[in-house]
Amino acid sequence: MTVIESYADVVRDSGTLRRFLHGLPGVDQVGAEARAAVLATRSIKKDAKAYALDLAIRCVDLTTLEGADTAGKVRALCAKGRQPDPTDLSTPPVAAICIYPDLVGTAVRELAGSTVKVASVATAFPSGRASLSTKLADVREAVAAGADEIDMVIDRGAFLAGDYLRVHDEIVAVREACGAAHLKVILETGELSTLDNVRRASWLALLAGGHVIKTSTGKAATSATPPVSLVMLEAVRDFALATGERRGVKLAGGIRTAKEAVRYLVQVNEVAGPEWLDPDLFRFGASSLLNDIILQRQKLRTGAYSGPDYVTLD
Amino acid sequence: MTESSRERSSAPPGRIAVRKTYKLYIGGAFPRSESGRSYEVSAVDGRFLANAAQASRKDARDAVVAARKAQPGWAKATAYNRGQVLYRVAEVLEGRRAQFVADLRDAGSPDAEAEVDAAIDRWVWYAGWTDKVAAVLGTVNPVAGPYFDFSAPEPTGVVAVLAPQRSALLGLVSTVAPVIATGNTCVVVASTDRPLPAITLAEVLATSDLPGGVVNLLTGSTPEIAPWLAAHADVNALDLTGADPAGAVELEIAAAQTVKRVLPAPAAEPDWSADPGLRRLSAFLETKTVWHPLGV
Repeated sequence: MTVIESYADVVRDSGTLRRFLHGLPGVDQVGAEARAAVLATRSIKKDAKAYALDLAIRCVDLTTLEGADTAGKVRALCAKGRQPDPTDLSTPPVAAICIYPDLVGTAVRELAGSTVKVASVATAFPSGRASLSTKLADVREAVAAGADEIDMVIDRGAFLAGDYLRVHDEIVAVREACGAAHLKVILETGELSTLDNVRRASWLALLAGGHVIKTSTGKAATSATPPVSLVMLEAVRDFALATGERRGVKLAGGIRTAKEAVRYLVQVNEVAGPEWLDPDLFRFGASSLLNDIILQRQKLRTGAYSGPDYVTLD
Repeated sequence: MTESSRERSSAPPGRIAVRKTYKLYIGGAFPRSESGRSYEVSAVDGRFLANAAQASRKDARDAVVAARKAQPGWAKATAYNRGQVLYRVAEVLEGRRAQFVADLRDAGSPDAEAEVDAAIDRWVWYAGWTDKVAAVLGTVNPVAGPYFDFSAPEPTGVVAVLAPQRSALLGLVSTVAPVIATGNTCVVVASTDRPLPAITLAEVLATSDLPGGVVNLLTGSTPEIAPWLAAHADVNALDLTGADPAGAVELEIAAAQTVKRVLPAPAAEPDWSADPGLRRLSAFLETKTVWHPLGV
């Protein structure tokens, strides 16, 4: 059962769903930006910074989603995910490796025996422009190959056209195809144009049973921004208050520095709550972010600024 | 700005002097110090001149990031192009002559006019070396085998320059120009007590064709900033010319942790008007040797 009982009447037909989503309180855009900006001014130093950096590493979905990905590159990425900094064995492993479905088998073999999960994008990532049967086949193949988590994209065309039920039913179908695998629903907020739409899409994905709502594919011009993450964190908080179920948030795209990552963690703590400071409920989708966090960790350990010569190229 | 405009009292009656806020020069922009600190700069006669930004270790870190970002592009520019850009800097230096003369008088230069002349000439001299240094320092090596074997100089990378404390313009130019002429980028810590000529030089660089980040200029306490640059793993070389001789050994030890090239601190500040030779150009170059099969 993927539909929340108390909201069963909401998703009964397209009219009720539309009325519910449009009945959500509007987002004060200026207010959201101001709140996000204020939260970004917190100064996180010393022990708190060390904790935040380690938490950020534990929350990273180390990602490679390029047409040029090879099995060799995925193996290298898996090795890095298990042991991000070979010069400091106290560095925790990342949460997951995020790749295209055809490379899931490689990653599963490489990550056997580790805590690192395998996440696969699916459903005609990144555009989502394919028939439902193609999308579901994509998901089933990834799950059969051993993916622990599936990152799906919503049909933004249908969402923007107001066909919410279609988006909802698609997410429900994908969730069923996932079986035991966790489902992350990519809203691609850069294409949703307003924060009101972000709030609606977040609720839509949560109602449809997504375990995690994710900002972006990383392929659009704008990706995760502080106001967008604020709105999504509010959505999971409100959803938890209404239903008692804690769902996760994943921020992806454009987060490249440890400083930005720590600011987002502050936001998670302040907006959603400290329970969300956990890799099960919060993730960063990132590739170059990990190197910057490692450099900051090295700075904390040695007292001297480190440089890109001391981390892997990837 | 002329000498008199730095003195509030000299504004004509009825007009309030427009005074400059002195900032750092990082990545082609003029940011305030991250720390928000500034310090008082006085003329040799004790007269208050200005408040200059007092850079912190984080400003040094940001400057290294900017220098690293600019380095590949600057090194890849043709030697001819680098020479043209540096010559353009000399042209703009010439245009700011009056301001430099005023700055140097305040900084206690014995002959400000002559020092500005020498500094501009020194800059032009190094601009001329950009496309000649490879021919002079590169070699074709005789080897016992059927190979064409040659060595070519390449820039070391990011160089941290502790500018001379006494000679605020000629000394500064003589340490910065040879570093960037060969394709390095640099983070320069200006003379602690005489930073104003360096700030004016930064304005010259910002209005020349020099890409942002090739020269990054910090004002503040050299003993405070130097250890962070010496230990910084992303700095490839260190010029200790302006270091306190007593503390220079510590800086060399810190630099050794990351195998930096170090140009040691002189026992006393050298006479900058002397012929500089190629020592400073060659100090921040690596040698790449290529063995090319002849195929005969």
